[in-house]
Amino acid sequence: MIRSFLQWLGETPWSIQLLESFYVWPLLESSHVLLLALFVGTAVMMDLRLVGVAFRGVPASAFTKRLLLWTRIGFVLMVATGLLLFFSNPLTYYHNLFFRIKCVLLVVAGINVWWFHGRIHRSIDDWDYHAPPPRAARMAGIVSLIVWTGVVFTGRLIAYNWFQCDIQPQSAFVNWASNCEAAVGEPLSGGPLSDGEVSP
Amino acid sequence: MTLMPPESWIWFFEAAEATYLGTMVRNSIWMFPIIEAVHLTALCLMGGAILVVDLRMLGLALGDQSIDTLVRHVRPWLAAGLAVMLASGVLLFLSEAIKCFYNTSFWVKMITLPIAIGFTYLVRNPTALRGLDTSAKSRLLGLASIALWFTVAAAGRWIGFS
Repeated sequence: MIRSFLQWLGETPWSIQLLESFYVWPLLESSHVLLLALFVGTAVMMDLRLVGVAFRGVPASAFTKRLLLWTRIGFVLMVATGLLLFFSNPLTYYHNLFFRIKCVLLVVAGINVWWFHGRIHRSIDDWDYHAPPPRAARMAGIVSLIVWTGVVFTGRLIAYNWFQCDIQPQSAFVNWASNCEAAVGEPLSGGPLSDGEVSP
Repeated sequence: MTLMPPESWIWFFEAAEATYLGTMVRNSIWMFPIIEAVHLTALCLMGGAILVVDLRMLGLALGDQSIDTLVRHVRPWLAAGLAVMLASGVLLFLSEAIKCFYNTSFWVKMITLPIAIGFTYLVRNPTALRGLDTSAKSRLLGLASIALWFTVAAAGRWIGFS
């Protein structure tokens, strides 16, 4: 179901043109990378304040209220450029181990943001000038720093084909985690395949 | 358009590639990508530390805080981010120095990077620390900083594409 949709998506003329474009794809990818400074950069500054290791004396609300707009703008642009990059080669990304780990980390990051803004941030008036802030806020900051670092790492590593399904043999874990059987179209449990046996 | 120094400089780049560190990174499957990822993580730290001040100088964020307060607060994080970027960048360079020699984007970065660092530490920060309000002057400094660092980063990313 998902696979056939992504296959169709990847065969649409716009997807093919995007993947093969000489300038548009690299420009999209560059924008995606440079926006890290805006999105993760401003988020990291807020996280460091939440953890209590930076900006002591600056109220936490200065970040959560008067910088957040820029973090949000960065996020929207990163999602937009990221979706377009995914659209250029959907099925390959779908079976990419690092892409899958990145997606899981993005969900964790999302839950952390929801947790922070839904719960912890409500009482910000009580600890606005505390450095360090309460334990829950420090935890949210630490989780955010770790998870976004993980997103940056896995995002960068998507470009490398070490664990690509059509380059067998791969370990049982990789084949399972990337759903390589569906990608290759035949059982992979029967031992290593030679290149000739792999159907793309 | 290509930008290239005299061919006689190539000995330096050959020597760089032949260094122990250059050889080690080049011969490893994992090292280059991991160092790249470290480089990007440090970009987040450094970029954030620069942008927070630039956005404030432009009058677009953190309006309650004075510019010099923010410059003081981000100073250690900016220095840490820059140090990691330089260290990881040198390792990436050593592993493919000869490719860099023939790479126009690399030279654009090598010219704009010292300008950006010099501007930040010799012009922008000292001006801010002497006491600076949101003004035409602060906006100009913020804009120049974003433009310079954007060029450095864009050229850096483009080394891999060209």
